[in-house]
Amino acid sequence: MDGAMTESTKLPSGQTRINSLEMRGITKRFPGVLASDHVNFDVKSGEVHALLGENGAGKSTLMKILYGLYHPDEGEILLDGKPVTISSPTDSIDLGIGMIHQHFMLVPTLTVAENVALGLPSSRGVLTDLDRVSKRIIELADIYGLKIDPDAYVWQLSVGQQQRVEIIKALYRGAALLILDEPTAVLTPQEVDELFVIMNQMVKDGHALIFISHKLHEVVEISHRVTVLRDGRTIGTRLTSETTKQDLANWMVGREVGFAPNRGQSTLGEVRLSLNEVHCGSDRGTPGLRGVSFDVCSGEILGIAGVSGNGQRELAESITGLRKVTSGRVFLEGQDITNLAPGEITDRMLSYIPEERMRDGMIKDFTIAENMILREHHKQPYSKNGFLNLRGIANHADELIESFRVKTPSRETLAKNLSGGNIQKVVLAREISRNPRVILAAQPTRGLDIGATEYVRQQLIEQRNKGTAVMLVSEDLDEILALSDRIAVVYEGQIMDIVPRENATPEKLGLLMAGVHPEEGAPVVQ
Amino acid sequence: MRSRLSTLFDALLPVLATLAALAVGAVMLLLLKVNPVEAYGALWKGAFGSTNAFAETLVKATPLLLVALGICISFRGDVINIGGEGQMIIGAIMATWIGLIFTDAPGWLVITLALLAGFLGGAIWGGIPGVLKAYFNVNEILSTVMMNAIAVQLMNFLLRGPMIDPSQAELASKIPQTARLIDEFHLARLAPTRLHLGALIAVILAVLVYILLWRTTLGYRIRAVGQNPSASRYAGIKVPRYMVLALLLSGAFAGLAGAVQVYGVNYRMITDGSASGFTGSAGFNGIVAALFGQLHPLWSIPASILFGALLVGANSMQRVVQVPSALITVLNGLVVVFVVSSEIWRVRRQRRRLAAAKEDEAPPTPDQAKVQTEEAGQ
Repeated sequence: MDGAMTESTKLPSGQTRINSLEMRGITKRFPGVLASDHVNFDVKSGEVHALLGENGAGKSTLMKILYGLYHPDEGEILLDGKPVTISSPTDSIDLGIGMIHQHFMLVPTLTVAENVALGLPSSRGVLTDLDRVSKRIIELADIYGLKIDPDAYVWQLSVGQQQRVEIIKALYRGAALLILDEPTAVLTPQEVDELFVIMNQMVKDGHALIFISHKLHEVVEISHRVTVLRDGRTIGTRLTSETTKQDLANWMVGREVGFAPNRGQSTLGEVRLSLNEVHCGSDRGTPGLRGVSFDVCSGEILGIAGVSGNGQRELAESITGLRKVTSGRVFLEGQDITNLAPGEITDRMLSYIPEERMRDGMIKDFTIAENMILREHHKQPYSKNGFLNLRGIANHADELIESFRVKTPSRETLAKNLSGGNIQKVVLAREISRNPRVILAAQPTRGLDIGATEYVRQQLIEQRNKGTAVMLVSEDLDEILALSDRIAVVYEGQIMDIVPRENATPEKLGLLMAGVHPEEGAPVVQ
Repeated sequence: MRSRLSTLFDALLPVLATLAALAVGAVMLLLLKVNPVEAYGALWKGAFGSTNAFAETLVKATPLLLVALGICISFRGDVINIGGEGQMIIGAIMATWIGLIFTDAPGWLVITLALLAGFLGGAIWGGIPGVLKAYFNVNEILSTVMMNAIAVQLMNFLLRGPMIDPSQAELASKIPQTARLIDEFHLARLAPTRLHLGALIAVILAVLVYILLWRTTLGYRIRAVGQNPSASRYAGIKVPRYMVLALLLSGAFAGLAGAVQVYGVNYRMITDGSASGFTGSAGFNGIVAALFGQLHPLWSIPASILFGALLVGANSMQRVVQVPSALITVLNGLVVVFVVSSEIWRVRRQRRRLAAAKEDEAPPTPDQAKVQTEEAGQ
């Protein structure tokens, strides 16, 4: 009996189990915002506890507190019933807590063994002990079924393999409890399956796992319990087996649909932008879009909803000519613009408000006036015969600064000295003032304050009412619901469904965003 | 008020840095048991003491300015051109070749053609690394430096063989030099000194480069690509094309500097086997002059004169107070080090001021703060 007890407190890796970990009443304030508001959360040995919530719900904050990167303003952490203080990642590692970050913390030019040993004292003092490290890595890999070669260089490994190195690293450092921060965000579906096999093995061996995600089907597949966070508060904790995706979607996006701008009147016109079975790659080399088709008409806003990283970026870039379309066609006003140069597509009056406005939408060290002509500098009245017309540029800038209410000392102010909201107004002014036929707006209000958000949304609606075709890509479901005439939900590079505004509910969209057809109630088989 | 003083201080910073460099130089002079006042007096007199002295300074400044103009273009386009030496050499070879084959043509025509040939030669020599960078992702710092080595060997080969002065070819000495250009082909003198038309051309071109960079769509695009290639691509600018153009134009101005050296000063090409034997290191010093002039073509004019003065004055200092010539190199180096580090200091100060100004603004609204923490939380 005693022997069995001792045996059971040990994990196969030799580390002592963490039987339970509890976070009680955790509160964390940042200047002007409550990131965690009396959050309760606990995890036990032998379970996967999923932490579910939208971007900004406070998942990362909570886990950073547990890992010692942030310090809570209130609340306590109990490890096996005893209060502990975690003031740095070193403390949490000593307690047996490991974290797999969304962005891997590996040195690509070093081997797996070197990465694992990095920052740890050598057992041979000043000499390296990489052979011993390698031996231990092989042992751990055997126990947990993680196929990995300790002598391989990290840059040679696939993303999924790199993630295994991160897991090995945590196990090597004696982790009994592992926090996996959106581990599937960067993986292919096959790699996700492999990860789940590893996770199941670890749980069976007595580890405690915290799984952070906003993909419902994954949460349902892998977790034993699930806690939903929203706006920094715990909405509830349930046994996964006693809940449905529908419930979880309600909880996750369950906020009242906020401020709805006056949409006014619009007449639906001809098709302006049309995609036909468009495929393209992603930066990771995996498929980015897998056969996307839809039309955007004059006088409508088509919202593209979806969880970040499901192909939105690739979609915008393949329309604007910034990413190569591998098959399928893109039509602008009936003309084939597939794989034309970005400049040619621009000149056919497609405007693009890019997602990363500071990087892609704006030249920080150019003046506002110079930024206002970024797309049109080669046309009259801004230039003639290759010479800039400074007067025309200045008039244009002054006009736009006034009509778009850009707060700036002058048109000669450098863009980098403006606030985020004003920078977005400059981009918006530039893209709208050319009277485009189609506007493609990607995350146009992300990071903006309430006033600027309202302004940007109103401008997009006015464009629609003027007869422009607007395609709005947003991860903010409220925004999508407030502005769109039709809503296309993108999931893993495909359009799940296109829902007319009247039939769209947050619950329905939430399910679609998670890859579930409401009527079928099952994830789409890839 | 404080900010105006700061601006003035920033503007004067290169001058202060030069003075600081001269102060360190003074310590070295003292260690060599030379009176620094006497030495710097000789330097000043050598550079500005007489009409001839000042003309010499301007003669030295001319190739520096031409190279610096090219550097203004390439660095504004965020391509680093370290190939000025090689581009000068190729420009000079092409220009010299024109002067040697068209001996019967009128002087004005040959000079015009020769300067254009120099421009073209430098453009080719700068354009090659430009294409390699823009389309094959070859680091332009490496490729331009390597193109320098190729240019030197090409010059040595041509001056020992195909382009050698026929009279030298018959002699046993076989000095590696071309024939001398006939007098009609020499650039006109501007005063009864060695000062030649090239100086005026360089100043006019400085104005033209200013116009190019800030008044034309080409300059707008080069600067846009240099500041933010990603946003330029999004706006529909063909980024690789303007990278190539920036390096090509940069090389063209260096090539012109080489042509002007031949037609205004040397009247022939002669090699001692090294690049600097012909260029006087103007291909490198021009970079310093451009940086000193804040990469602004007009500010590059006084900057080039300063470095021309240092070169000329240092020679006379060496003669008068008998210091080793290595000290002159040291002095030039000190100026470069001080000016470049003061520039870094200036940028940091500016950044700090900007950060301080931002903190003074109203505290972020809850939404902004939320976004910031979320970004920090990713």
